[in-house]
Amino acid sequence: MTATATTATATSDRILGGPPYAAGAESFAEHRARLGPLPTASAPDGFIETLDRSGLLGRGGAGFPVGRKWRSVAGRSDGHAVVVANGAEGEPRSAKDRALMVLRPHLVIDGAVLAAAAVGADDVVIYVGSEHRAAVTALGRAIAERPASHDPIPWVVEAPVGYVAGESSAVVHYLETQDARPTTVPPRPHERGVRGQPTLIQNVESLAAAALIGRRGDAWFARAGRDRTPGTALVTITGPVRGTGVREIEYGTTLRELVADAGGLTAATDAVLIGGYFGGWSATADLWDAPLDPASLADRGLGFGCGMVAFLPADACGVWATSRIMEYMAGESARQCGPCIFGLGAISGALRRVAAGSPGDTDLDDLIRWAGQIAGRGACHHPDGAVGLLQSGLRVFADEFLLHQRTHRCSRPATAARHG
Amino acid sequence: MGTALRIDRIRCDGYGMCAELLPERIELDDWGYPILRPGAVPERLLPLARRAVEVCPVLALTLTPADVTERGSGGGRPDLTDPGR
Amino acid sequence: MSGTFLWYATRGAGLVSLVLFTAVVCLGILTVGRWGRPGWPRFLTAEFHRNLALLALAFLAIHILVAVFDPFTSLGLTAALVPFSSPYRQFWLGLGVVALYLIVAIVATSLLRTHLGHRTWRAIHWLSYAAWPIAVAHGLGTGSDTGALWAWLLNGACVVAVGGAIAWRIEAASAARAQIEGALPAATRRDRPR
Repeated sequence: MTATATTATATSDRILGGPPYAAGAESFAEHRARLGPLPTASAPDGFIETLDRSGLLGRGGAGFPVGRKWRSVAGRSDGHAVVVANGAEGEPRSAKDRALMVLRPHLVIDGAVLAAAAVGADDVVIYVGSEHRAAVTALGRAIAERPASHDPIPWVVEAPVGYVAGESSAVVHYLETQDARPTTVPPRPHERGVRGQPTLIQNVESLAAAALIGRRGDAWFARAGRDRTPGTALVTITGPVRGTGVREIEYGTTLRELVADAGGLTAATDAVLIGGYFGGWSATADLWDAPLDPASLADRGLGFGCGMVAFLPADACGVWATSRIMEYMAGESARQCGPCIFGLGAISGALRRVAAGSPGDTDLDDLIRWAGQIAGRGACHHPDGAVGLLQSGLRVFADEFLLHQRTHRCSRPATAARHG
Repeated sequence: MGTALRIDRIRCDGYGMCAELLPERIELDDWGYPILRPGAVPERLLPLARRAVEVCPVLALTLTPADVTERGSGGGRPDLTDPGR
Repeated sequence: MSGTFLWYATRGAGLVSLVLFTAVVCLGILTVGRWGRPGWPRFLTAEFHRNLALLALAFLAIHILVAVFDPFTSLGLTAALVPFSSPYRQFWLGLGVVALYLIVAIVATSLLRTHLGHRTWRAIHWLSYAAWPIAVAHGLGTGSDTGALWAWLLNGACVVAVGGAIAWRIEAASAARAQIEGALPAATRRDRPR
């Protein structure tokens, strides 16, 4: 997937601002001409405070305030901290991180180098999914283009394919041992990470935004944003929409406005998955006029997550869709913790039977019970995300679940035929 | 602040001896893995808690000061105020 | 005390400690293999294994001390502490000393388990699979009863017990592995279709 959006004027000087996407990666010369030099020299003095004031939130999914995160690393650094730009993008239906790395690699590198100066790091790693070849290539070329300076030279590490490979303890584990499975925390990466050093693991989009704040300041950043959260964000739209793919929106854009901007729907839809497989389902009826803003979504029990917006066509079965996602999530378990192995395994088995219309007598009840039992009992948050998705599906597709469990039928049989 | 039980979820292999010794604080799920009651262990149960820590064949259980927030040590929502996520 | 009495005491204590250590090894295997019966809590197997090991150690101590201080054998402390230093059945007695050191290492690390960490403790604990057969060999090689039917039967029973426990353990482990592998669908590792 590549970016196909024509951005509205409000986002024309933002993360994906600059030359048209068809032009591909922006070269260093163009990047410098457009944005000017990066003030890394001034970074240690007060840039973290600037980030605090800007209200920039992390874009990896958790939405943690970026300034606070940098401060927790800076406070422990003796000059040998490590910065990891996390571009692993394990969410299958999110494409924004790779689009960003392909189109604006220098902005990502700028952000990483700025972070290194601000937290006192002498090592900068860019962690990219090995299957995202275009991004790996673009970053490699961009690093080679950059002139020598006293900033640490970033190096690219290709991350293994997988949902949990981008989890922060998995990132540290991979960099140390080539094993991309999450580990038990504490110690947390910002306390002791790569080589025992305080490690900042920050999503590439967050770093790109920080790089723009570094040049233009927090007041400029806060000028965008229509609801409660300042700034813009990248989203990935999939489903029955004319212009699917990655686009940049102001926080607070409503779902209706986003779809209109993307060329409108190509088919009816009544459910949408927001935030990633780590996010949740919502009925579109409840969400059309909701601002796509982390705070407003949180009030509705949803999350902005990695900005994934996946519409489910109205003729598709929500139980089937949930079952396929849970099957994927179960397969992606690192297989280290019993509750995840057996819990997600049992859940995906029961869901498969319910979706296929041949449920065991207790399957639906078991699903509800297991969903409560498993959360919080793995070493990482993978089972929590899977269970959160299941619970949102049980809520949004409640009628369909009951239909499948009680009558062994599906109201959208076309789904079964199409997806097998 | 008291002492709390903490589990290393990766090391835990579902032996279940901890739940046998300390059923007041530890229950087993459908697959034999422990569900811990969050919070500090009451004084009177500390000797049994220590015995549970020692008997675990893989040393997955530890006793720690109760004010340290842990991920995966019991049940419940992930701590989104944690910068280490 | 007559020399014969002490001689019987050594052999007796040695045989008892062999039987006890055989039971300890079996209980250890049952513990790690998660042997369970309804109504029998697993922690009892683990604690029984531990307590019996200490009892076996006590009998081992009697066996060694009586042998060393028996004026008739003139073995002396050196024979018990330095492997293969005694001219009396040098090799087989020496094996006993080797087994002793292994057992001391295993017991000491087990007592300090929570301080050493699981990995270190486990590495040394695996030496049990060496210590036990060495002890059996020592018994067969130095025992004056070797040759008697009952001695063969006793040693045979010990070997069958441990052999059986190991066979059970291997089977249980492969069943457990199959259960874990079968629990989850395979990772699909590719982008889902839009």
